[in-house]
Amino acid sequence: MSNAAVTAASAPATNAGKSIVARLGAAFVGRLVIIIPYVWLLFFFLIPFIIVFKISLSQTAIAMPPYTPVLGFNDGISGFFAGFGALNFDNYAWLTQDALYFNAYVTSVIIAAISTVLTLIVGYPIAYGMARAPATIRPTLLMLVILPFWTSFLIRVYAWIGILKPEGLLNQLLLATGVISQPLIILNTYTAIFIGIVYSYLPFMVLPLYSSLEKMDYSLIEAAKDLGCPPTSAFWKITFPLSLPGVIAGCLLVFIPAVGEFVIPDLLGGSQTLMIGKTLWNEFFANRDWPVSSAVAVILLLLLTVPIVLFQRAQARAQEQDK
Amino acid sequence: MNTTWSRFNVTSIVLGFAFLYLPIVLLIVFSFNESKLVTVWGGFSTRWYVSLFHNQGLMDATWVTARVGVISATVATVLGTLAALTLTRYTRFRGRLLFSGMVFAPLVMPEVITGLSLLLLFVAIGLDRGFLTVTLAHITLTMCFVAVVVQSRLVSFDRSLEEAAMDLGATPVKTFFQITLPVIMPAIVSGWMLAFTLSLDDLVIASFTSGPGATTLPMKIYSQVRLGVTPEINAACTILIAVVAVGVIIASVANKRREVQRQLDERAAQRG
Repeated sequence: MSNAAVTAASAPATNAGKSIVARLGAAFVGRLVIIIPYVWLLFFFLIPFIIVFKISLSQTAIAMPPYTPVLGFNDGISGFFAGFGALNFDNYAWLTQDALYFNAYVTSVIIAAISTVLTLIVGYPIAYGMARAPATIRPTLLMLVILPFWTSFLIRVYAWIGILKPEGLLNQLLLATGVISQPLIILNTYTAIFIGIVYSYLPFMVLPLYSSLEKMDYSLIEAAKDLGCPPTSAFWKITFPLSLPGVIAGCLLVFIPAVGEFVIPDLLGGSQTLMIGKTLWNEFFANRDWPVSSAVAVILLLLLTVPIVLFQRAQARAQEQDK
Repeated sequence: MNTTWSRFNVTSIVLGFAFLYLPIVLLIVFSFNESKLVTVWGGFSTRWYVSLFHNQGLMDATWVTARVGVISATVATVLGTLAALTLTRYTRFRGRLLFSGMVFAPLVMPEVITGLSLLLLFVAIGLDRGFLTVTLAHITLTMCFVAVVVQSRLVSFDRSLEEAAMDLGATPVKTFFQITLPVIMPAIVSGWMLAFTLSLDDLVIASFTSGPGATTLPMKIYSQVRLGVTPEINAACTILIAVVAVGVIIASVANKRREVQRQLDERAAQRG
């Protein structure tokens, strides 16, 4: 029941003139607030997934669209149920037969996990430093972390090509200072992917960490110090556990999209590296195999269900706490 | 406070920001490079900017991107604000869990999945791929970001203001437009800007859902980057960065001014 409608209904004495019509109108408007975004998301977010699932069970065909339809309503309800017999699990069987797909899934999860840990290691000191900076400059620091997020993702990844390539700026610097005598090969390796993910997703890690570190009561640390606790163990016993909600939120915000990342492995990882987002892209754009790419997407989605549910719960909990 | 710790703090902030900004700064610097070799400095020049404006394909893509961005950000802001209102104001209704799931999931959903699924939807309903489909796809993606931004403002909103307005006889609709909307306006504006930049930025979803004649700027940049790094692309990127930076600075200055004005108003109200 809409709160606005409740308030309107609970003040009949003052609004006696505005009878049932006004109240019904208010209730209807209240419903519309829910219905419009709800229907939009159902149609453009949920139903597409059902279609992906459906097409992953169809057969590849040389046509436009390049698959044979299954489970249509063209023959009525009975035709729909008869269609179950024609369902085709070949695409999934294909995914298990070809080691390429299995390797791509495993590699993606491992790369995403390592990158998430690296992002945490890089991001934590930044968030910590920001949270303990003088209160006057904190908003500026916060804006400086958010600002790169506003510049194009593609551009930021592209910027690293010029830095990492064999004749790029990093190698020029290292060669000129005599640190190395041979240019390092970084571009088109997994190292480049790690750098790209850490760089691109750093704000997603720093922001939740910062917001949980900023809320922390620092007198706890003072108390620990007064009682003779060394700073390192005070950090592990007090600061880190208290920042855990931020750590979890940040890690999920990095890990989930990183598993399906396409731009970074494509531009920085070259053709040698294997990640599932790139596999799906190639299957779709290069091989034009829609059913197989749909099957790849379904498995990827299943793989990410647990982290996504965890993320949603963390969001809901944070929302409750804010209230 | 212990000095070694604060030195550690300052160092980590400086290093962190250097890591965040150095690549962008280098990209901008080398867009003014005379030499055709992107990473070898050959003197200052703006020739790549001139050749950029003669690149018709790039200009067309910019125009498409700008239109998609403005339209999708505007629709997404309306839908996202409604979604935020639903999330904060209606705590109990059938299907609320599904709704909040549909709002939060796109934030982290890998773009390849969103792009593919939207494309298959458009094919299923027989919508030709092009300007309309990219715009619809971007609305769907960005409305969820708007919802999160506006929701965070609504959570801290003082409901007694609305109740006061309604006690004084304002209808819920009037209360929304005269009380709620002005208060959450800063969040709506930053939601719009976020939606616009996300749309400006998107390569993967646009590649799936776009068709002939609706090539967006990121798609154009991507196809050229695959052929190699060129100073012209650096120049195009620099212009994009400049547009976004100016927008963000204007928005934050306007925000600050509004904040100051609000404080002045409050003080005046207390005195009077």
